[in-house]
Amino acid sequence: MSALKSNLWLRARIIQSIRGFFIEQGFLEVETPNLISAPAPEVHIDLVATQRGFLHASPELCMKRLLSAGFPKIFQICKCYRDGERGHLHLPEFTLLEWYRTESDYRDLMADCEAMVRHVAGGLGCGKTIQYRGQEIDLQTPWDRVSVEDAFVAYSPISLQEALETDRFDEMMVLHIEPNLNKSRPVFLYDYPATLASLARLKKGSPDKAERFELYMGGLELANAFSELTDPLEQEARFRKENDLREKRGRERYPVSDKFINALRDMPPSAGIAFGVDRLVMLLTGAEKIDDVVCFAPEEL
Amino acid sequence: MTVYQASDLRKGLKILIDSQPYVVTDFTFTKPGKGQALYRARIKNMLTNRSDEKVYRSVDTFESANLQERKMQFLYNQGDEWCFMDQNNYEQVTLTSDQVGDAKNFLIDNLEVSILFFETTPLDITLPNFVELKITKADPWVKGDSAVGNSKPVTLETGYTLRVPPFVEEGSKISVDTRTGEYLTRVK
Repeated sequence: MSALKSNLWLRARIIQSIRGFFIEQGFLEVETPNLISAPAPEVHIDLVATQRGFLHASPELCMKRLLSAGFPKIFQICKCYRDGERGHLHLPEFTLLEWYRTESDYRDLMADCEAMVRHVAGGLGCGKTIQYRGQEIDLQTPWDRVSVEDAFVAYSPISLQEALETDRFDEMMVLHIEPNLNKSRPVFLYDYPATLASLARLKKGSPDKAERFELYMGGLELANAFSELTDPLEQEARFRKENDLREKRGRERYPVSDKFINALRDMPPSAGIAFGVDRLVMLLTGAEKIDDVVCFAPEEL
Repeated sequence: MTVYQASDLRKGLKILIDSQPYVVTDFTFTKPGKGQALYRARIKNMLTNRSDEKVYRSVDTFESANLQERKMQFLYNQGDEWCFMDQNNYEQVTLTSDQVGDAKNFLIDNLEVSILFFETTPLDITLPNFVELKITKADPWVKGDSAVGNSKPVTLETGYTLRVPPFVEEGSKISVDTRTGEYLTRVK
């Protein structure tokens, strides 16, 4: 109990520090509805359905509509819900930090991550390194950048091509790549296969890749980011494809928001990121499991 | 027969894989944010005791292993054979020393135990929590002998040795907790 108590004090300080950082950088804090009528259909994310719509799995769609409405830099810290996700790093109700910036791409978000985490760690008196469960993590910038392609060559027993064809990409990621990423420095794993990024812009000159990255620290997956897709027709087609894939795997199709698709017409080139707040708190408190950084796990209710 | 989904996996669950019974000994849920859920399980074959590491996806399903517990009475031990009898139908079954394991420290004639079966194959034995056993060898208690301390070693009729309070004499019966292997009390 005492460990949880000190973790909750640190959690509050971390969230206040994140807020301070984005306000300082000129971002507007927003609160979008958690109860929505149409989510972004994604093959591997199941929503919590209610009698009047869905609890959002991410505030992404509403936040992008705000970019189209003329807000250039916005952030939000909110609860998100994903059905069936429970493990030592997963809660079906968890806290996400998302931020979006116009006239930017995913490289700007990498710089944001570096500055934000250093700001928060510094505020806790960690200095330029943090300790996570016996592992020292050096926060000196620039952090490591490893392409998904190179990571497969270095660590996966099968090629990226084969992993995609046999539906084993995530298996290779979890079993062979994630455990081998450098744990002594934060790592941006970037340029994901185009088929694995339904809301991301494709990379200029290499249409088989999407401008997407994930941030790993001390072996924890902390954030997922991309340069945003702003083409409404392309987005509609990709949502349809995700719903088809869901159906193929015996999962329900989700409704698509026309208002979101239409709003993309007015959306400037932008980049956005979802950052797991609970996991950042784990990292900065040394917690072994996500249960140790929240007031109550679902099983305790 | 119950059918389990990969998301039902948890420590202690007994499932059937390739017609063999397995028990899940460790389990972790992993999922890259946008990727598919992977259920990593450490499983132990209950027939061979061999452990294995497996990765399952949400589409994988399992049948429950058809396991049955039967009350049986211990009859005798001869070499590697430990013989038990079902008191309802007088059916006899033989376990090996390996299968009996540490339970042999507490097995006395006619003791009623519970044996776990997979179909007709015995897998495992569960003893009553407390068993009464006779002390066959103990040093006599000398009053005021502080060198003995708070306990002394004794040997039981099964050959098992444990520590008991110094006043417990050879020939007396004691109750032992089979889960810890420790002395509990003297029995009249």
